[in-house]
Amino acid sequence: MTGRRRGAILLLAAAAVAVCSGGAAAADDEKPYVVEDGVVDWYTFSGFRRYHSECHVCHGPDGLGSSFAPALLDSMKTMSYDDYLDVVVNGREKVGAAQQSKMPAFADNLNVMCFVDDIFAYLKARADGALGRGRPKKQAKPAEAKERDNACMS
Amino acid sequence: MRALFRNLFPVAAAALLLPASASANKELLSLREDPANWIMPTGDYANTRFSKLDQINRDNVGDLQVSWTFSTGVLRGHEGGPLVMGDTMYIHGPFPNPVFALDLNDNGRVIWKYEPKQDPDTIPVMCCDTVNRGVAYAEGKIILHQADTTVVALDAKTGKVLWKAVNGDPKKGETGTSAPMIVKDKVFIGISGGEFGVRGSMTAYDLNTGDLVWRAYSMGPDSDTLMDPEKTTHLGEPVGKDSGTATWEGDQWKIGGGTTWGWYAYDPDLNLIYYGTGNPSTWNPSQRPGDNAWSMTIFARDPDTGMAKWVYQMTPHDEWDYDGVNEMMLVDMEVKGQTRKALVHFDRNGFAYTMDRETGELLVAEKYDPVVNWATHVDMETGRPQVVAKYSTAQGGEDVNTTGICPAALGTKDQQPAAYSPRTGLFYVPTNHVCMDYEPFRVSYTAGQPYVGATLSMYPAPGGTHLGNFIAWNADKGEIVWSNEEPFSVWSGALATAGDVVFYGTLEGFLKAIDAKTGEELFKFKTPSGIIGNVNTYEHNGKQYVAVLSGVGGWAGIGLAAGLTEDTAGLGAVGAYKALSNYTQLGGVLTVFSLPD
Repeated sequence: MTGRRRGAILLLAAAAVAVCSGGAAAADDEKPYVVEDGVVDWYTFSGFRRYHSECHVCHGPDGLGSSFAPALLDSMKTMSYDDYLDVVVNGREKVGAAQQSKMPAFADNLNVMCFVDDIFAYLKARADGALGRGRPKKQAKPAEAKERDNACMS
Repeated sequence: MRALFRNLFPVAAAALLLPASASANKELLSLREDPANWIMPTGDYANTRFSKLDQINRDNVGDLQVSWTFSTGVLRGHEGGPLVMGDTMYIHGPFPNPVFALDLNDNGRVIWKYEPKQDPDTIPVMCCDTVNRGVAYAEGKIILHQADTTVVALDAKTGKVLWKAVNGDPKKGETGTSAPMIVKDKVFIGISGGEFGVRGSMTAYDLNTGDLVWRAYSMGPDSDTLMDPEKTTHLGEPVGKDSGTATWEGDQWKIGGGTTWGWYAYDPDLNLIYYGTGNPSTWNPSQRPGDNAWSMTIFARDPDTGMAKWVYQMTPHDEWDYDGVNEMMLVDMEVKGQTRKALVHFDRNGFAYTMDRETGELLVAEKYDPVVNWATHVDMETGRPQVVAKYSTAQGGEDVNTTGICPAALGTKDQQPAAYSPRTGLFYVPTNHVCMDYEPFRVSYTAGQPYVGATLSMYPAPGGTHLGNFIAWNADKGEIVWSNEEPFSVWSGALATAGDVVFYGTLEGFLKAIDAKTGEELFKFKTPSGIIGNVNTYEHNGKQYVAVLSGVGGWAGIGLAAGLTEDTAGLGAVGAYKALSNYTQLGGVLTVFSLPD
């Protein structure tokens, strides 16, 4: 599962930050992001960026929801990584008389799947209240991220 | 006279049900002569949205009251507006696209309802809510352009399906949002999906059979674009061979965008239809070097053959998502001391263009919001906007956040149509007053998946807290005559009347009436939901009515309902920005106004 592989990379990156800064929280499944003095790790920033390209027209700016789809700021408070991945990959549908909502399946979409962990990290940071609205300040893009993006997107 | 004409109408309609005539436009032009009707979504072929009705005027409009209301039963954004013909009103809704015929003699009782069955997979490939901009009428038929691109002709009396055609494939991100236009024996249908790498096209269908007559793509070889390398001109010069691929690298044009989801116009004397094309795909300009013709372009085409007479590309190599689809308003007027058959167009890019609609000559190009900053001006020789380097997202490049660009991708105006009054000579324009940051990045194309490649943040233009203006525009001088601030973007189509009143709706849900000369507010009423629909007027049994669909949503609903980003460094944007959801909620409702008896 591509998601988990990147998760491991993120753990390593976070560990390196922890060593340098002498005590930053490590990113993990519960807290897959690093926010230090308002600056986020590259992967979480990447999640912000991809979210606002692929997801926000339905789920609203900054995960706030819209008239179209639920606020992920709320739903990601309780959603597990596995459930998240399931919905992103397979989509889901709620169609009734007055309300029609349909989450598409993104399994074939590299712009989502290559960054599925990044988007998860970003949304978790939002849901946990670790990250405010708008564009976060970011750490530099690590070499591993460049390699990963090039390999996945090509 | 008017009443007599209306009573005779059913007979006339029955007569017109006889087979194939090429006279739909003659019928529509004559129906339009009677201002009791509101016969096409744009009011008239010229897109003026002007009515000769004057019973409601600036002295009595303050007494306006609600006459009757009707719920569409759909919660999504309601764009477009009602049609009225004789004793019947036709209204439509967003996905699943119900159409209602309502009896004006019986308090809006439902004569018939048609609701197509559509695959819900269509919903998520509609970029900006599941809107629909209305149905068209001709020769006893109501034409509906569904979200899934099916075009269906209904019997205007019964709602029975007469024919169906399929214009595109939602599995490739192709969808339908635009209102059809009917000219002669043809139905003109555009396509949506610029955020999904759809290659835009305009298609003519036979009004009587639904057969495809011609299709003209926005980009591709001449055989696809229906352009003549010698005879089709751009600012007077021949476009040359395969101009629809010449400014693209490789095969990018095949997923090149240039969709056609706005409003269309027709000049019966020149026998030309006019429309604009949308953004090139993707939003990341680095992935599509070149001018990306003919995205962002005004087209003048022969409605019979589809051949392009002239084109004008307003925003070559778009870097901001300034779709060129807004309505073309056809007005005969003085421009720089000379009477012209003019075309006036308020573009998303913040420039208002006045052109000669016969030759495609560029006459005036001026900013209609002073905050527009991405270009200093339009070079009147080349027609090219002079781009300011610091606001160029292409010069910034991938992974660079370009800040403080005005207008935002929403444009200084989106599709919400303006109005024109021949009595004042002014254009009345609903506008957005929003700026943005824009960061492009690399994206990969998968059919039917979003193909965007940029992240944006939007905020009120510097120096204020309001997000919209309603302006009066002089298209000869290229000047704002007056400008009224609105707290939110004005996302509703305007109406001008011979009573010297101008009507428009607001995102909070107000229907407003203002003085056509001064802009002074004369009346407002808060409808059940925010208004992104277009106001119309009609007369029934000697009484003038004003009608509008409420139902907040659309791009504005998505972008604004959650509230814009509160603080943007360096721009002095407001802190206490109140979200639209504090003012209004979803819900499709028609509200009809009249004066007290």
